[in-house]
Amino acid sequence: MGGFHIVVLVKPVPDPGCYDRVEIDPATGMLARQGMPSVLNPSDRHALEEALALQERHGGRVTLVSMTPESSADTLREALAMGGDEAVILSDRAFAGSDSLATSRVLAAGIAKVAPFDLVLAGNESADGGTAHVPSQVGELLGIAHLANVNRLEVDADGSVRARTRIENGYVEVEGTLPMVLGVRREINTPRYTSLMGILASQEKPIRVFGAEGIGVDRSGVGMEGSNMRPGKMSRPSFCRKGERVEGDPEEVAARIVGILRAEGVLG
Amino acid sequence: MTGTPGRGDAIWIVAEQAGGKLAPVSLEILGQALRMARDAGGCEVAAVLAGTDAGGLAEELAAAGADKVFLVDDPRLSPYQNDTHGAVLARLIAREDPGVVLFGADACGEELAPTVAARLDTGLGAHCTNIDLQADGLLMMGVLGFGGRVHTEMFCPARRPQMASVKPGMFPPPPRAERKGTVVREDAAALLEGETIRLRAVKVVRREPEGVPLEGAEVVVAGGFGIGGKEPWGLLDELARELSGAVGCTRPALDEGWTSGEHTMIGTSGKTVRPKVYLGFGISGSPHHTVGIKDAGVIVSVNSDPRAPVFESSDYCVVSDFRKIVPALIREIRKVKGDGFRDPSPA
Repeated sequence: MGGFHIVVLVKPVPDPGCYDRVEIDPATGMLARQGMPSVLNPSDRHALEEALALQERHGGRVTLVSMTPESSADTLREALAMGGDEAVILSDRAFAGSDSLATSRVLAAGIAKVAPFDLVLAGNESADGGTAHVPSQVGELLGIAHLANVNRLEVDADGSVRARTRIENGYVEVEGTLPMVLGVRREINTPRYTSLMGILASQEKPIRVFGAEGIGVDRSGVGMEGSNMRPGKMSRPSFCRKGERVEGDPEEVAARIVGILRAEGVLG
Repeated sequence: MTGTPGRGDAIWIVAEQAGGKLAPVSLEILGQALRMARDAGGCEVAAVLAGTDAGGLAEELAAAGADKVFLVDDPRLSPYQNDTHGAVLARLIAREDPGVVLFGADACGEELAPTVAARLDTGLGAHCTNIDLQADGLLMMGVLGFGGRVHTEMFCPARRPQMASVKPGMFPPPPRAERKGTVVREDAAALLEGETIRLRAVKVVRREPEGVPLEGAEVVVAGGFGIGGKEPWGLLDELARELSGAVGCTRPALDEGWTSGEHTMIGTSGKTVRPKVYLGFGISGSPHHTVGIKDAGVIVSVNSDPRAPVFESSDYCVVSDFRKIVPALIREIRKVKGDGFRDPSPA
C-alpha cells in the first residue's frame, strides 16, 4: 500500500456550547463541570479533515491518537465515524494533571508506539485550555520539523510539503519535507459531515488503549509530578460595570451617546 | 527555590519585528518587564532580537529601557523560522540563565515560546492576560480558559527560566527611558552550529489592513451576530468613519464573513482593545468577547434583547434595534461636527 501514515491528535473536550456551566467549587477551588457533554475539540475536526483529504489523494492510513480517559471512547468513535482507520487511547491515572509539555511527552510516546509515521496533524489549540503548545512541543520531542497556525497545506507524493502559516495581517509560505508535525487552524478546510455509512463502519474499527507502561513513558515525566506548571488560585473573571439604562426614542438615545463621546473627549 | 531564581535573576523579553518595525507587543512586554524589575529591586532587563539588518531595532530596544539587547544578526534568521529562532534562543537562554523569559503571544511568539520551553524543559504560561513577579521570585501568570470564563494563576515553581507568552494589548509600552542600554552582538554561526534547518520560509505576504487599527483607536465600533448581514454591517463602517474610529467584531460575525477579516476580531482568540469609548451593537456578550474590551474607558451597548449578558458588562445600556440607533447617531454626530465643534471628515 502506498501513501502516508498520518497520525491525527484528537482531544475530547467539554462542549464549548456549555462553558457557561463551568463553575469553581468554592470548597476545593477546583473546576466543576456539571454534566458537560464531551465533544471532539473543534479544531481537531479540521486536522482530521485534512488527513482524510490527503488519504483520498495519496492513499495510506490515518490513525487517531488521544490522551484521554478510556471513558471518552464514544467521542473517539465519533471521530472514527468521520473517517480514519483506527484510534489509540492513551489513558493512565499517571497522566492526570499533565501540563502542555507533559501531555506532549505522552502524545509523542503514543505516536512512537504507532510509528512509523509520516505526518502528524493536530488542531492548533484546544477549546478548553487553549495553550496551542502541543503541536510545537510534540514536534520538538519527536525531533522533527513542526509548524503551528497552518491554514493551507499541500503534500506531494514524494513527501515534499508546502504550508502556509498565518501571521499578523498575512501569511508565510514554508517548504520542507516529511516527517512533520503541523498544527492546523479552522480556516484550512470545512470538515465533512459524518455519514450513516461512516457511523456503521466506525463500529468495526479498532480502538487500542495503552497506559504509561504500554508506551514506555517514564511516570516521573508525566502527570502532575512531571509538569513544570502548577495552577494556583482560580476565579471567575467579573466584567461588571454600572449598567445604566439609556432610554428614549432613537434621537434621544443618539444625543445621549454623543454626550458620552464628547465627555470622553473623542468628539468635538 | 528561594528569592530570586538561581544565578540569573534577569528578566528577558523576546523581541519580534514585523515589516521592519518592532512588533507592538514586544514593547508592551518590555514595559511590564521594566516595571517588574523595578518592583523587584532593580534586576536586569534584557531583550533578544534575532533577524537580519536589525541593528536599528536593537538600538530602539536599548533606548526604550532594556539594559542589554542581545542582537543575533544572520540571514538564516530572516524571515522567522521556528527551528532557527528556537535554537538560537534556547542556546542563549541556557548560556545566560535568566530567571524569566517573556514572549508576545502573537502568531510567531505562540509557536516559538513552546518550542523553546520544550528544548529547555521548562514551564510556559500561555497567552497570559496578566503577569507579575511576586516577592518570592515566582512569576504569576494569569491565564484564561473555557472561553474566558475561568481565570487561573499559573506558576512554574521548580524550573528555570519561568516563561510566559503575553497577549498583545495587555500592557502599555514603556515610558521614555532615562538611560540607554547596550547592544551586544552575538555570533549567530556559533549559536546555530550543529542545528539542522529543516524548514524554508519561501514567501512572506503582509497586507496592512485598511482603516484605523483597532489597537490604537480611541473609539471602537463593534458588531456581533445580531447585525444579521453584510449590508447592515455597512452602517457600523459608516459610524466608525464619522468617529475616526476602528471597526471590531465578535467570532460569529467574523465567521459569517460580514467583516473585513480576522484582524478585526476582539476577544480571547482575537485582539484586546483599550479605546476611550467602545460602542457595541448586536453583541450578546460572551466572556470570549468581553475579555477583549475589559480595559475600555466607557462601554456602550445596544442590543434588542433586554436579557443580553452584554448589559452586565456595559456602562450604558440601550435596549433597541441598532438599525434605528446607528442612523440617528450618525445624524447627531454630523450635526455636532457641522456646528463647528469639529471639522467634518472628508468621508
